[in-house]
Amino acid sequence: MKPLQASEAPNRAALAAAILLVALPAWAHEGGGQAAGFLSGMLHPVSGLDHVLAMVAVGLWGAQLGAPAIWLLPVAFPLVMAFGGFLGLMGVPVPGVEIGIALSAVLLGVMVATQSRPPLGVAIALVGFFAVFHGHAHGTELPVGASGLLYSVGFVIVTGLLHATGIAVGLVHRWERGRLALRGAGAAVTAAGVFFAWRALA
Amino acid sequence: MRRLAPARLAGAFLLVPGIAFAHESSTGLGPVADGFAHLFLGFDDLLAVVAMAMLAGLGGRALARRVTLALPAAWLVGGVAGWLGFATRVPASATALSLLLVGILVAADRRAPSAIPLALAAGVGLMHGALNGAALAGAGGEALLALAGTAGAVLVVSLLVSRGASSVTRPWQRVAVRAAGSWIAAIGLLYLGWALKGS
Repeated sequence: MKPLQASEAPNRAALAAAILLVALPAWAHEGGGQAAGFLSGMLHPVSGLDHVLAMVAVGLWGAQLGAPAIWLLPVAFPLVMAFGGFLGLMGVPVPGVEIGIALSAVLLGVMVATQSRPPLGVAIALVGFFAVFHGHAHGTELPVGASGLLYSVGFVIVTGLLHATGIAVGLVHRWERGRLALRGAGAAVTAAGVFFAWRALA
Repeated sequence: MRRLAPARLAGAFLLVPGIAFAHESSTGLGPVADGFAHLFLGFDDLLAVVAMAMLAGLGGRALARRVTLALPAAWLVGGVAGWLGFATRVPASATALSLLLVGILVAADRRAPSAIPLALAAGVGLMHGALNGAALAGAGGEALLALAGTAGAVLVVSLLVSRGASSVTRPWQRVAVRAAGSWIAAIGLLYLGWALKGS
């Protein structure tokens, strides 16, 4: 760095003084609740293990199915889940939400464990059907006072990242041992789903 | 050309009046910078620009160029209309609908006549600009500088994103753009529910 010249010193001192004198903006209306909305939206999809397992299982199954399902499922799921969230926000009742969420883990886990390859339309319909339950649960639980837009942004980003995690893990499908590990993971998701279903029914 | 002394520059910044962009803070650098920063301080406007630019980019470079010019121009016209008080009745849920609609079109990635994305760019620009302008309705002439700053930010983001989207060559890159569109549509749908619930 160039040493400070005597002729420059006053200007730099004046600049430093000017910076000190600048009034900080008041940040009025910036909204403390907005950060809370973003964080609550981000944390909501990971707040329950049943949600997390189902989201990751969607990615695992997509990786097993390969193209185009590996791409179409993550494109379709957020939209359908947002539709479920919309229904929840509007107060439209969806029966058996908790059981539906638990069953989603059971069935998606079975699909991964058995390496099922139904027609693409059936796979999308199955994933979309259960996405409504997940979205509805999140929509009805929007915290009071949170920023709706930032909550939605955080929620969708984390949901997408959970899918991406599933897809990334599912790439081990190309190796024999990886395929076996994936099937084991599917069985574990199914077992957890059975537990959640039992708890929801109890 | 004489270089501005740092102290004079700092003094000039101190003398620039701030502007009360609704729900935003002042950058302290004047109305143009406030307007430029406004786009990045809220997701509603930024996501609409990104979605519109992705849609234009997926349609090819020629369309991307036209939308990149149309969107900020419409934004500025809408902003001035809003500032003059012509567009104070744009509901907040319209923002959510714009995210939903444009996001779905990006996710679907269907070829359409270029008139459709251009009309959408005009509509989105006019509506979001009008909401920005309406928020500045009580401000003086410097509001126009702020609106010009926002239009400039729209131009920059639109240029960068549409250029990126039009340059994708591999299938997975195109799918990544489509997935981003579906995320924006999902955000728009959830936000629509929140806006309707609030109203």
